[in-house]
Amino acid sequence: MTTVIEIRSLNFAYGSVPTLSDIDLQVTEGEFLGIVGPNAGGKSTLLKLILGLLQPQSGSLRVLGRSPRAASRMLGYVPQYPSFPRDFPITVEQVVLLGRLGFGQEGGLWRALRPSRTSSDDRDAVRGALEEVEAGDICKRQIGSLSGGQLQRVLLARALVSEPRVLILDEPTANIDQRLEGEIFDLLKTLNRRMTILVVSHDVAFISRYVSRVACINRTLVCHHTDAVDGAVIAELYGDKVRMIAHSH
Amino acid sequence: MEGFLQALSQHTFLQTAVAAALLSSIGCGVMGTYVVVKRIAFIAGGIAHSVLGGMGAAVYFGFNPIYGALPAAIVAALLIGWVRLNWRTQEDTLISALWAIGMAIGVLFIAKAPGYQADLMSYLFGNILLVPSESLWLMVTLDAMLLAIVAAYHRQFLAVVFDEEFARQRGIPVGFFYLLLLVLVAVTVVLMIQVVGLILVLALLTLPAAVAGHYVHSIGRMMLIATLLGAGLSIGGLALSYGPDLPSGPTIILLAGVVYVLSALLAQGLHRRRARLAAERGAGQGESREP
Repeated sequence: MTTVIEIRSLNFAYGSVPTLSDIDLQVTEGEFLGIVGPNAGGKSTLLKLILGLLQPQSGSLRVLGRSPRAASRMLGYVPQYPSFPRDFPITVEQVVLLGRLGFGQEGGLWRALRPSRTSSDDRDAVRGALEEVEAGDICKRQIGSLSGGQLQRVLLARALVSEPRVLILDEPTANIDQRLEGEIFDLLKTLNRRMTILVVSHDVAFISRYVSRVACINRTLVCHHTDAVDGAVIAELYGDKVRMIAHSH
Repeated sequence: MEGFLQALSQHTFLQTAVAAALLSSIGCGVMGTYVVVKRIAFIAGGIAHSVLGGMGAAVYFGFNPIYGALPAAIVAALLIGWVRLNWRTQEDTLISALWAIGMAIGVLFIAKAPGYQADLMSYLFGNILLVPSESLWLMVTLDAMLLAIVAAYHRQFLAVVFDEEFARQRGIPVGFFYLLLLVLVAVTVVLMIQVVGLILVLALLTLPAAVAGHYVHSIGRMMLIATLLGAGLSIGGLALSYGPDLPSGPTIILLAGVVYVLSALLAQGLHRRRARLAAERGAGQGESREP
């Protein structure tokens, strides 16, 4: 089994506030890893470190055998909140097309500075990705006219269009209703056949139906196989005031 | 208007003025669109005003002010861009400081300029009728450079103005393209300062693109319409000002302002009407489903 992400004794702080302490985590190829934990526990921070968007103060972090920055083009990322204004004049198709930037680009700055043109491969990939997330029919729509669920599918297509080896999602279902949540996770389950998936969620009971392992983060990290996630684990993580919903695997 | 057309066919200075208006509208349409969608009008304002420092220095040392404006604009763009990329928390304070410091330097230089006292008002509010014909070649060169760079990197620019975090994750050198974008805004500001002056430049940079944004929903179309609109507004303002002998810069800006306000009201009205029709359609469908 190939290790795709390897984190050893990693520490990260925003200013003087320690956010992640002494994190060790190995993710092997083909895993479907759920990351859970309380708000401000460091879940999103961990994802941003893996994506090379933040730099750790100490510890080592290798992604696909490289530094996170060098590997980030081979990852697909779906952010929790869209980091763009909803009234931006852009169509769904153009948003997904931006996901092709940097695709198949190896090497340094000069490559990144080469002017690029949209190829027919790019257009095919965009169509394929939109169909895969069942959003082919909205490709000409303005981004501002989409519902929350549609937008989430478009962001997923934008991440998939670069054929990533690892797909990283930050609360992909935070802003949509439960039926859509199930549909999105069913889709992720299918995608997991060809790529490693890391998904942050606040809903440990829900995701444990889908994922193969759960990493619990509250500044420090503890891993569980999904079978082992029970009341004691959740109580340890969130405190005991969590309402439990029984579920079986 | 007829008087203007007749004068246009007779006087070279008017023909030069119209050519300058057309050339500056290319930058206004293309870069104005980026300024509007990226919401960096304040940054563009900082660049435009601090240019006075360079113009003042050029006057002091006896050069054409435009040759001082260009390097000053580029330095201001790089400084402001660097502040924005590295000190996000104090961005507005630092940009305001650069804005005012640039102007202060310019005023001091102009006050101490030897010999003939340059007309400060024409830098601040522009005088398109005084554009020397050799400036047109500089404007053509700057326009060509601007269009070539935007054509080559429009995908990267779109990625950076749309979603910086995602662009960074895709391995795009976001800092580089952000600074390049600001430098192009600076070049545009210099192009337009000759037409409307550095105080009014902000309006001509943003209003045509904002009007275009009321009706079209793609960056490319916004650029095209904003360019045409910018050209129409500059030449229209010039023609309006010619008869009653008004200053051309403020006339152009006032015309742009009126067009913007009317367009905003119209766009709002259209939007409400569309929403009402959609609601009525929805209500109609609801009734038809009743048994």
